[in-house]
Amino acid sequence: MREPLPLLVVDKLSVHLPCGDRIVRAIDEVSFTLQRGQTLALVGESGSGKSMLCRAIMGLVPGRALLPAPGRIVFAGQDLGALKASERAGLCGRRIGMVLQDPLSALNPVMKIGRQIAEPMRHHLGMSRDQARERSFELLRAVGIAQAETRIDCYPHQLSGGMRQRVVIAIALACEPQLLIADEPTTALDVTVQADILDLLARLQQERNMAMILVSHNLGVVAGRAHETAVMYAGRIVEQAPTDELFARMRMRYTRALFDAIPRLDDPAQAMLTAIGGQSPDLAALPDGCSFAPRCARAEARCSDQAPTLVSDGHARHRYACWFPCAVGANT
Amino acid sequence: MRFVGGKFLHLIVVILAVTALTFAMLDLLPASAAYAVAGANASAHDIAAIQEDLGLGDPALVRYGKWLAGVLRGDLGVSLVSGQPVAQAIVSHLPATVELVVLAQLFTLLVAVPVGLLSAWRVDSRFDRFCSTLGFGLTSIPSFALAMVLVYFLALKLKWFPAVGYAPLSAGVWPNLKSLFLPAVSLALVEWVILMRVLRSELIATLQEDFILLARAKGLPAWKILLQHALRPSLFGALTVFGLQVGNLIGGAVIVEQLFALPGVGRLLLAGIFAQDFAMVQGCVLLIAVAYVAINFLVDAGYGLLDPRVRRGGFARG
Amino acid sequence: MPATGCSIRGFGGGASRVDRKAGGVFWLAVAWLALVATLAVSAAWWPLPAPDQIDWVRLTAKPGDGHLLGTDNLGRDIAARLLFGARVSLFVGLLAPCVGLLAGGLLGILAGFYRGTIDALIVVVIDTLLAFPRLVLLLVVAFVFGSSLFSLTLSLGIVIAPSVARIVRALTIRIAEREFILAARAAGASDAAIILREVLPNVLMPMLVYMLVMTGLVIVAEGSLGFLGLSVASPMPSWGGMIAEGRDVLAEHPHVSMIPATVMFLTVLAVNLIGDRMRGWLDVRESQL
Repeated sequence: MREPLPLLVVDKLSVHLPCGDRIVRAIDEVSFTLQRGQTLALVGESGSGKSMLCRAIMGLVPGRALLPAPGRIVFAGQDLGALKASERAGLCGRRIGMVLQDPLSALNPVMKIGRQIAEPMRHHLGMSRDQARERSFELLRAVGIAQAETRIDCYPHQLSGGMRQRVVIAIALACEPQLLIADEPTTALDVTVQADILDLLARLQQERNMAMILVSHNLGVVAGRAHETAVMYAGRIVEQAPTDELFARMRMRYTRALFDAIPRLDDPAQAMLTAIGGQSPDLAALPDGCSFAPRCARAEARCSDQAPTLVSDGHARHRYACWFPCAVGANT
Repeated sequence: MRFVGGKFLHLIVVILAVTALTFAMLDLLPASAAYAVAGANASAHDIAAIQEDLGLGDPALVRYGKWLAGVLRGDLGVSLVSGQPVAQAIVSHLPATVELVVLAQLFTLLVAVPVGLLSAWRVDSRFDRFCSTLGFGLTSIPSFALAMVLVYFLALKLKWFPAVGYAPLSAGVWPNLKSLFLPAVSLALVEWVILMRVLRSELIATLQEDFILLARAKGLPAWKILLQHALRPSLFGALTVFGLQVGNLIGGAVIVEQLFALPGVGRLLLAGIFAQDFAMVQGCVLLIAVAYVAINFLVDAGYGLLDPRVRRGGFARG
Repeated sequence: MPATGCSIRGFGGGASRVDRKAGGVFWLAVAWLALVATLAVSAAWWPLPAPDQIDWVRLTAKPGDGHLLGTDNLGRDIAARLLFGARVSLFVGLLAPCVGLLAGGLLGILAGFYRGTIDALIVVVIDTLLAFPRLVLLLVVAFVFGSSLFSLTLSLGIVIAPSVARIVRALTIRIAEREFILAARAAGASDAAIILREVLPNVLMPMLVYMLVMTGLVIVAEGSLGFLGLSVASPMPSWGGMIAEGRDVLAEHPHVSMIPATVMFLTVLAVNLIGDRMRGWLDVRESQL
């Protein structure tokens, strides 16, 4: 059966940042597709390029960034690179919504939240002030904010962190986008609120049949909440599989290390978190071989000579980039 | 309430200190006021009589007290030179000063805000560099030299504006504006640079904020992001500088007033100092101190308008 | 294809100063200042008429007409007056900041080091002086101390002092909190020793750079006073005074004002350029001011 036309295709996308006379390869030939109504999780350490990837899809990379050919981003059949800046901006907030990591700084501190929610609707949909305000009430209720009538005239500092993130989500949803990009939506929040927000996102996504890119540094967050999970390292996708499949059969030691770093409340014996040894590589001077090799316990000569490419596992669309993958079912 | 009360007290103290300091300074002046009144040929006897008359025999502190008491009654004293009431002299010199300040700061804002916005939006662009370099040059020219260049070309060569003199509003709006244009421009040419620099650097910091990223993610056009999102949170430093500039121009624009023969407070003060007219100098300094304090107060109130967090008192900046 | 989405530029760039790159300009500025300084020192040895000598035949002569840079409205040689005027500008420009640094630095260090009552008192004094419009303060001080070169320097120094004191106080407070001060204290060093050996060297470097900024301000301020007739007494030339004297003949003989104005502009520009460059080197941020 032919798959339906995907909502988002990212094809060999690279983002290079000139930095003095060096070039930082923030994103290096990343490819994936996302179907309507599906959730893709991007997981990786900080600095692995997840946020830059999100910003590249939104067209919000820093001004000096280069996006070399043949990288392409195709959204609903449209090559975004071929669009004019104004057309590109017409997609942002209209058909693609974004939720940022830190709700404390993501809202304009000197503007009432009602106006901030109404803004994209008035700009993109041409709503009147009153129409947009009515819609804002609905949105606030939809994201679970009680007493929307009074909250709408609050300034951000009068709301709690969790509530502010709900407002940010309401802004992202305002124009009924087809794609929601949530960049670490719960990292800056209290643990007690994190699950609420994630559940809210999952519910809204299902109700509105949105596609979602859910970014996290925590593999535990994406378990059960994403259809597919891509693991990023040093600007590349190094392992990608349907989420259940990934958790069942991790092939990369890096993925396993991320998995081991999940805090577990049910296992007091493992109260000490396993940190991943070593440091993320310098993105301006990546090694010839596998970029994870210097930190990998099982690295061999070939690993530092030749970069592995993403290969199929041959099993349920599981892909990984490793010369010596973990044995299926093995625990180390 | 306590905060406002404390602020008010501080301002009163500043006014008292400034006027007391002026008193003390004038007391140091080499020639006494009595000589100034009596003229060069007065005898020692005349001078003693005048000193008695003016109450100059009293210790400085007593005289200061008397003066303060007078001020509270609305009496600033009488000019030692012309015999005109000081309050009346100041009121007659206020229009020129106030108009000059308003016009100069209007020009300053009209240039500084757009340039600051554009420079911050495209940091290190050709426009940004050009404006920075131009500003660097302008701040190196003394205002009176700049004013003379303007006078030479715009007034003497092109004859677009009068070179000197002040046409009051009663002489018609157009002649009035024409007479104030060159003085205001020669002040604004230096002031916009200072305001623009502060605004630019604060805007650059604001544009790095997450909420600007979110505004861009909303798909808003650049001008909306700059004007509706970035400008207001970036106005703190600019507001402070603006207040200082207004404060400095009231009575501080002596040179421009002198050069263009504007009957402003600065020139009144300068004439007072030259003539050793104690009462006049005291009156002008009082006006300047009160204006400074009032502007300070307004600037503080302005912070509250800019940022709702200041209003609640839970947030202090600067 | 250039880029998918390099549409909006200008974000992410830091505040880079234009002037930092201007290497050639920097050396030009140094050369100009060196030239002015040399000419000021050697002013008396040049084959020029005395600065107050009046050439009755050639009043307001154009440059080159018997006089290198022409004469002013009293027939005095502009070149000679510029050289002697440079003495005033440079003398005041170099020494007044020193006076300000000495007075303001002392107050600032005392306030920042001892805090408490002394600090509160000094801060009130500083605030009062700052609330006083600068030019008014300058006028009154200049008037009180008369119009000799020495008193002019002193009065300009006093006017600078409060802002110096405020900066030094802030610097001292920050330094006094550092560990090496605590260590010196624990080792039993006296307050005077700590101030001289630990605090002073750390305050001095940023202040020396700030002094260059003040030099530019002082040269302008001296010019302003000269313009109002409150600088050095009349026969002695000062750049500000020269510009003011040319005012009456501005329409017919602009060179009488414009030559000294240009020289003054170039000098202040040179000082500012050097100061800005030095500030970049020492990374004295404006936020400290």
